[in-house]
Amino acid sequence: MIELAGVTKSFGSNHVLRGVDLVVPKSESMVIIGGSGTGKSVLLKCILGLVTPDSGTITLDGRDVREGDRDAFLARFGMLFQGGALFDSLSIWQNVAFRLMRGPLKRPKSEAREIAIEKLRRVGLAPEVADLFPAELSGGMQKRVGLARAIAAEPEIIFFDEPTTGLDPIMAGVINELIREIVTEMGATAMTITHDMSSVRAIADRVAMIHGGKVRWTGPIAEMDATPDPYVQQFIHGRAEGPIEAVR
Amino acid sequence: MGILAPLGALGRVTLGGLAAIGRVALFAAEAVSHLFRPPFYGREFLIACLQIGWLSLPVVGLTALFTGAALALQIYAGGARFSAEAVVPSITAIGMVRELGPVLGGLMVAARVASSIAAEIGTMKVTEQIDALVTLSTNPMKYLTVPRILAATASVPLLVGVGDIIGIMGGWMVGTGRLGFNSATYLKNTWDYLEFWDVGSGLVKGAAFGFIVAIMGCYFGMNSGRGAQGVGRATKSAVVAASVAILAANYLLTEVFFSA
Ligand SMILES: Nc1ncnc2c1ncn2[C@@H]1O[C@H](COP(=O)(O)OP(=O)(O)OP(=O)(O)O)[C@@H](O)[C@H]1O
Ligand SMILES: [Mg+2]
Repeated sequence: MIELAGVTKSFGSNHVLRGVDLVVPKSESMVIIGGSGTGKSVLLKCILGLVTPDSGTITLDGRDVREGDRDAFLARFGMLFQGGALFDSLSIWQNVAFRLMRGPLKRPKSEAREIAIEKLRRVGLAPEVADLFPAELSGGMQKRVGLARAIAAEPEIIFFDEPTTGLDPIMAGVINELIREIVTEMGATAMTITHDMSSVRAIADRVAMIHGGKVRWTGPIAEMDATPDPYVQQFIHGRAEGPIEAVR
Repeated sequence: MGILAPLGALGRVTLGGLAAIGRVALFAAEAVSHLFRPPFYGREFLIACLQIGWLSLPVVGLTALFTGAALALQIYAGGARFSAEAVVPSITAIGMVRELGPVLGGLMVAARVASSIAAEIGTMKVTEQIDALVTLSTNPMKYLTVPRILAATASVPLLVGVGDIIGIMGGWMVGTGRLGFNSATYLKNTWDYLEFWDVGSGLVKGAAFGFIVAIMGCYFGMNSGRGAQGVGRATKSAVVAASVAILAANYLLTEVFFSA
């Protein structure tokens, strides 16, 4: 279980997070929604310690994330970055198998490659791409390689930052199903950021909406449509009119 | 306030400069502390050796060749003023191995390598690749910085050594081709007057300059600002800082090695 309490983060005068309280239960799929630039990516990075919060506490299974062995902590996580963040000096399969080729999870090269190719298949990429380099792939393909890398070592907790942006609708469907599968079959805890409402419905057990640096609303997906919260209603129906100012 | 404003500005610039030096020094200390703690990334080290050492060879070689040639001409012209043309071989060699080989080689490596390290690591930073490394339980300091520092510190002395030979050869070519020296005499004079420490001090300088180049490239890359502009600025700063630091370090090392 991941628990955030009163997490704040500012970049200079830009107060991005202003006290985020959120609970992500174990083995559930939490989807984060919210306008562009509201700090969703920053929130995930705070949990991983890539960005240091100014105040507040973040705990994983009751332990503060800043305490204890950092390697052991990070070994429990997988993360798909919004921009893919593939290592452009390594081939596709070496990217996917990165964690499997060094450190405690190290295994023989041929085995790591096999696992990488299997993970690539699961995100809809043919074995032929394994030996290409990231620069040779399209944006959507890079995104899927990033996804394959995030799940390669079968982590307990996986963060997906916009897994389906830049994908065609069919591929987006495949990825939604994959994320769902990882949660239900492997029992992983997932936090997914997405702007795509059909993804939200396909992936989420619970939804949290970030607005104004705080969690505006959170609840089970089944209750999302019925909530009277005008912010949530405006967001999920994509209306230009409403309490969220679209033009500033 | 009015009169003191320029002083205030001067103070701020000075403090800013000192703070920057402090940050680089802390970064260097951290990097060095990682040199001795596993895991070690051998493959990254070999790639860095290839890119920093081997691929810099043409640039450093050409620099040394032309410098040695020009040096021989100048020493001949200067020596002619008091009929000491015979010193051309030995002074060319000493000037080359003690001073110009390491310094010019170091500066060329700074231009070529500090920039490429800063641009590569800076791009990795702005495209979140550094963050991705961390989430994959890999310390960027060990994976990116340490191999480059080791490779640069080990390979720049070798480059300087090769540069020394090529530079002396440049002097010899001019000496025998243009200035009428006998080839065998030229080489014998070069060899006889060259002391071990002339060469050794230059190689030590080379190691120091290699270290500086890698540290500056990595430091500015890791601290790159956001976007293409950030990477551009990081690259520029790395080259400038590495070049100035090389010249400053050269003076200090020369004081240490040769002041009587
Ligand atoms: N390293 C950083 N330095 C300065 N500002 C930052 C940094 N990272 C994020 N920000 C700022 O924090 C705010 C939130 O960024 P974030 O990337 O979390 O948005 P987001 O909710 O993920 O948006 P999107 O949906 O467009 O991806 C933005 O205003 C951004 O400019
Ligand atoms: Mg984002």
